[in-house]
Amino acid sequence: MSEFWFFLEVLLSGMFAGTMYSLVALGFVLIFKASGVFNFAQGTMVLFAALCFVGFLEMGWPIAVAAIVSVAVMIAWAVAVERLVLRHLVNQAPIILFMATIGIAFFLEGFGEFIWGGDVHPLNVGIPNDAWFVGPEGEMMIQQFDLAAAVIAGLLVTVLALFFHYTRIGRALRAVADDHQAALSVGIPLNQIWVIVWSVAGFVALVAGIIWGSRLGVQFSLSIIALKALPVLILGGFTSVPGAIVGGLIIGAGEKLSEIYIGPFLGGAIEEWFAYVLAMFFLLFRPQGLFGERIIERV
Amino acid sequence: MFYREAGIFKTTYAADQALFRIPIDRLFVAAVIVAAFVVVPLVANEYWLGSIIMPALILSIAALGLNILTGYCGQVSLGTGAFMAAGAYMAYKIATNLTWMPIPLVIILGGLCAASIGLAFGLPSLRIKGFYLAVTTLAAQFFLLWLFQKVPWFVNNSASGVPTAPPRAVFGELVTGAEATPEARYLFVLAFTVILALIAGNLVRGRIGRTWMAIRDMDIAAELIGIRPLHTKLSAFAISSFYCGVSGALWSFCYINTVESSAFDIFRSFMILFMVIVGGLGSVLGSFLGAFFIFLLPIALNNVVTTFGLPIATETITHIEFMVFGGLIVFFLIVEPHGLARLWQIVKEKLRLWPFPY
Repeated sequence: MSEFWFFLEVLLSGMFAGTMYSLVALGFVLIFKASGVFNFAQGTMVLFAALCFVGFLEMGWPIAVAAIVSVAVMIAWAVAVERLVLRHLVNQAPIILFMATIGIAFFLEGFGEFIWGGDVHPLNVGIPNDAWFVGPEGEMMIQQFDLAAAVIAGLLVTVLALFFHYTRIGRALRAVADDHQAALSVGIPLNQIWVIVWSVAGFVALVAGIIWGSRLGVQFSLSIIALKALPVLILGGFTSVPGAIVGGLIIGAGEKLSEIYIGPFLGGAIEEWFAYVLAMFFLLFRPQGLFGERIIERV
Repeated sequence: MFYREAGIFKTTYAADQALFRIPIDRLFVAAVIVAAFVVVPLVANEYWLGSIIMPALILSIAALGLNILTGYCGQVSLGTGAFMAAGAYMAYKIATNLTWMPIPLVIILGGLCAASIGLAFGLPSLRIKGFYLAVTTLAAQFFLLWLFQKVPWFVNNSASGVPTAPPRAVFGELVTGAEATPEARYLFVLAFTVILALIAGNLVRGRIGRTWMAIRDMDIAAELIGIRPLHTKLSAFAISSFYCGVSGALWSFCYINTVESSAFDIFRSFMILFMVIVGGLGSVLGSFLGAFFIFLLPIALNNVVTTFGLPIATETITHIEFMVFGGLIVFFLIVEPHGLARLWQIVKEKLRLWPFPY
């Protein structure tokens, strides 16, 4: 019986880790949906937002103020990106835009560490960090922190989904995602929409950065962990918000389970690549991801 | 005036499709090659030869490889580092187990092993396109590096896991390992670079290169006119991986003298990708310009700081380097999405009229 509880514990902890990936993936999806840009800089934005937040905290500011100022910084960043980069690259091939976001990622990484330094910053925003024991004899351990993170992720997704569905801006975003030109012709200002969507992505990055940061400390490697969001993304489909969540759960659970049950036969540490290989094989059968829009190609 | 096409008449298709269609181009390239073989080793000191020009040349080979895949065939790859690692590890394995084998052959075989691995990881490209494909190449990057680290067979069960490259000689002169002189290594690498670049130049203007470009421009249309995507995409993956593999083997054998996976991590992949973008997608010359530019930029930045004696911490320099790097990438994409090679093209066009514009 304890076998079963152990399995459940691994599964759950994997799914919790998965929600963290989802948070990063969410930012990717938002930008891809609204502008067709594959924003490689999302991981770095997570790092940068967390660095700003932790930097403000270390200056002695209260949490609320630090959070608000960090959001303001991310909005300023969104405006800068739109003004300086995206505006000049309208109508370029997607690959060019993708490369530009890699450039942005490098710049932002250097910029963030230039301002805040490259050290590891511990972060504590008061998320409880005890463990609960569940099961008849307390076989299964659940970290309260994981649970809190999952709840926050869930809330964020719900809010975003509502925002996309029921607000004016949300409808405009969906219109832009559908067809840039048609959206322009009915009077939706494309540039503003891009600023908004990058700002929202920046906000999501901040939330992800705070959660990741309080778990691992705010450090350079955050932007590498964010690479894990990519298989989540392709599993769920680039254009689907729920896809990002489901993909995150699958990848997180798959990763942890494989590490425990397959890892020992292969020499361990298969967590590094398992997600990518899983996503790759998955794509062979469903090239658009779980919830992605069907890819229709015309000559 | 000096660079002109006027008066050069092509009477055959062969002449019209030649690698260098204008005599002055041919002369220029020949002069550059001769200079690289003769003048550079005489003029440059050990530091320049061994630590700047040679690694830049090796990276040029990798950039050529990625340019074939991404620039000519349109398949974005983030796994270049892994294919370089495959070349390096397999070349090491061959060199240590078949000690009689001449080293150029070892390196080519390393490249061929990388090519077969590239073939396997190219298979998904038949169904997966665009960004989805880019992410699946990350699978190659992480999986292969993990494999080379975890399986001791690849490093002959070496205790440290980071074996040194065995010393090997060509014409009685050591070219690999720590004992070899920078001149010998440089010439060895240069020979590979020149030959591979000429092959690449010929490949992309021939039938196979044209099919690559057709697939890149629109794969469905290409398929409709009878180009087989299976052959085309997989050949691009194989040849690209071959170049990367050779480059990785040279990097391990001639430059860092050890076989280690950390030299081929994801940042190497990005670095090569930047070289290709900054140099120019779909240009052989661009691969070289990009490789030299991206490799020399950090060194130049470093030197600027030391010559002016600016009181900046090394850490800060690294951060500024990142910023300049990223900023330049964006700048280049905005100003000239076709890269340095396109700028060279523009210069040539200007030279056509200079100094007597009409």
